[in-house]
Amino acid sequence: MKKRLRVLVAKPGLDGHDKGAKVVCHALREAGMEVIYSGLHKSVAEIVSTALQEDVDALGLSILSGAHLVYAQKVLKALRQRQADDIVVFVGGVIPDRDIEKLRALGVKGVFPGGTPLAATAEFLRQEFGDKPV
Amino acid sequence: MGVAKYTRDEKDRVVEVEYLSGIKVKPLYRPEDLEAAGFDYGRDLNDPGEYPFTRGIHAQGYRSRRWTMRQYSGFGSPEQSNERFKLLIANGQNGLNVAFDLPSQMGLDSDDPRAEGEVGRVGMAVDSLRDFEIAFRDIALDRIGTGLTINAVASIMLAMYQAVAEKYGFSKKVISATPQNDILKEIIGRGAWIYPPAAGVKLIGDTIEYSVKEMPKANPVSICGYHIRESGATPAQEIAYAIQIANTYIEEVLERGLDIDDFVGRFSFNINIYGNMWETIAKFRAAKKMWARNLVERYGAGQKNKKVLFFRGLFGGGGSGLTKQQPLNNIVRGAYYGLAAALGGAQTTALCSYDEAYTIPTPQSALLSLRTLQIIMEEVGLRDTVDPLAGSYFIETITREMEELIEKEMAEIDAYGGMLKAVEDGYVQRKVARQEYEFQKGLERGDYVKVGVNKYVMDEDGEQEVELHEYDEAGAAAKIAGLKELRRRRDGRAVARSLKELDLTVRRGGNVMPALVKCCRAYATVGEMAGIFKDVFGEFKEPGIF
Repeated sequence: MKKRLRVLVAKPGLDGHDKGAKVVCHALREAGMEVIYSGLHKSVAEIVSTALQEDVDALGLSILSGAHLVYAQKVLKALRQRQADDIVVFVGGVIPDRDIEKLRALGVKGVFPGGTPLAATAEFLRQEFGDKPV
Repeated sequence: MGVAKYTRDEKDRVVEVEYLSGIKVKPLYRPEDLEAAGFDYGRDLNDPGEYPFTRGIHAQGYRSRRWTMRQYSGFGSPEQSNERFKLLIANGQNGLNVAFDLPSQMGLDSDDPRAEGEVGRVGMAVDSLRDFEIAFRDIALDRIGTGLTINAVASIMLAMYQAVAEKYGFSKKVISATPQNDILKEIIGRGAWIYPPAAGVKLIGDTIEYSVKEMPKANPVSICGYHIRESGATPAQEIAYAIQIANTYIEEVLERGLDIDDFVGRFSFNINIYGNMWETIAKFRAAKKMWARNLVERYGAGQKNKKVLFFRGLFGGGGSGLTKQQPLNNIVRGAYYGLAAALGGAQTTALCSYDEAYTIPTPQSALLSLRTLQIIMEEVGLRDTVDPLAGSYFIETITREMEELIEKEMAEIDAYGGMLKAVEDGYVQRKVARQEYEFQKGLERGDYVKVGVNKYVMDEDGEQEVELHEYDEAGAAAKIAGLKELRRRRDGRAVARSLKELDLTVRRGGNVMPALVKCCRAYATVGEMAGIFKDVFGEFKEPGIF
């Protein structure tokens, strides 16, 4: 049986701006994926446990406070520690262009700054999981 | 972030215009439109300064008083914030609007592990009275009013503001603080909540009750349609929800036996300015009238003093209207948003800076926003006459339509069981999130024009025009070191005593403000005070909002 992609969209830390995260949730769900939304103010440990418990294929972090490098690094490290670095991590939010390469260097597979078209995230995930039809 | 939905024919002529709130605009308005709407000058408008205040609350409008400009500022350390405050005041700003960093907004001290990477990032880091002493040094707190953009722990910051003012020789009777203090909008649209909504409403009741008795010039609550609009609400919903939130706070205070006229005049509002200019103007004018009517019809307010019916507001911001693409275009947008605020009769205003889609504004961009507002108010003629658009067939017709839409949205919340329940259940959150998604889809389809985003798009080479605000790692480390030093040097017994009193007060359901003032004076930290609230009230569990 073909598996639907499971995606966790998470809001790490204290930033409360969740409009973008919820818009992405709606867009991914409409693209046929199973979407779990973490809710606000989640710690890195909570996000990583949810990702493991829910057995997600991908994890999107939404960060608008400017702390994207800090959180991306922590989440990726925690995933590696729990042997879950096959989970594809992507990041959205207020991301200056100059940080995009830094995020990629940390192991973030997709970066979606403000102004990204709605379909881009789903499109990215489809390409990442080309071998796993959604 | 677009302005209206335009349907065009094959020759690119506009055949239909529909505003976000649902108002359909005709190509021509004539006297018959006002007749059809049953327009009556005395009932619908009346003179400025007279009920229902559609034309504003001051008889002479901007002739008697310019608007108050209150640019949102404050970042990094209290020292840097103090410097920025003085820069803005030296350049003619007449009120402050303090931004707090996220740990402070969430009731966490700078050395809390959850604060890592966020100390001083999006606003000023405040741990104790020591920080306010630095931030407000050499500022005439009897003349400069201060907006405090703080919600979940607004009671703590209001107490701290009183403590710092007293320290500098200003009595609590003369200082004017406006904490945002609107927890329901925080849950709907801004996200800096901690405690369950009912506990949050209780704390707001405490600050209002305390202000009435002790701080006569404070405006203890500023209800923010602003963030609800930013989250996807229509302009009509923005006003309807703001009024219904205010009603929730009013009822909390009425239950304590206070007379409506003794406190409701202190309420103020924070309303957004982006979007279609005419719809925005109609929204402001309708809001003033609907608020006054709401107070009279629901609560019998205004018996003793009609001034309590004033819709006093900061009409400003416009963040969601600004774009990352072609950022200099935001300077132009800002000018039109400011104009809409002025034509809508804003008493207080602020303008987002053009670089905010990227970063915390630089001193230059913050100053440019201030200058924009000054040009609108003093150079191009906005002080000439009060409410210049009054009587326009078009404006008055859509103002009436806006009122009806606001009424309908308010009725929906009443039918649901009130705003507290609608927020506790996530009803409003789900609704605006869905609308926002649909709106974004409409934007991508090109239903709404956004210059530089879906029309007149250019290939852009990075972000050269914008200077980025750097996160100050060393500053954060210094802040934490300073806090540790404070903990060592303060009188630990006095701190413990004051916290114990706060704990007892919270547990017996008393008004927390006097105990908070004592804690602040003893240099108890925000984290220590907020921690007591958390122990007693618990934390809010978000309902399924997606």
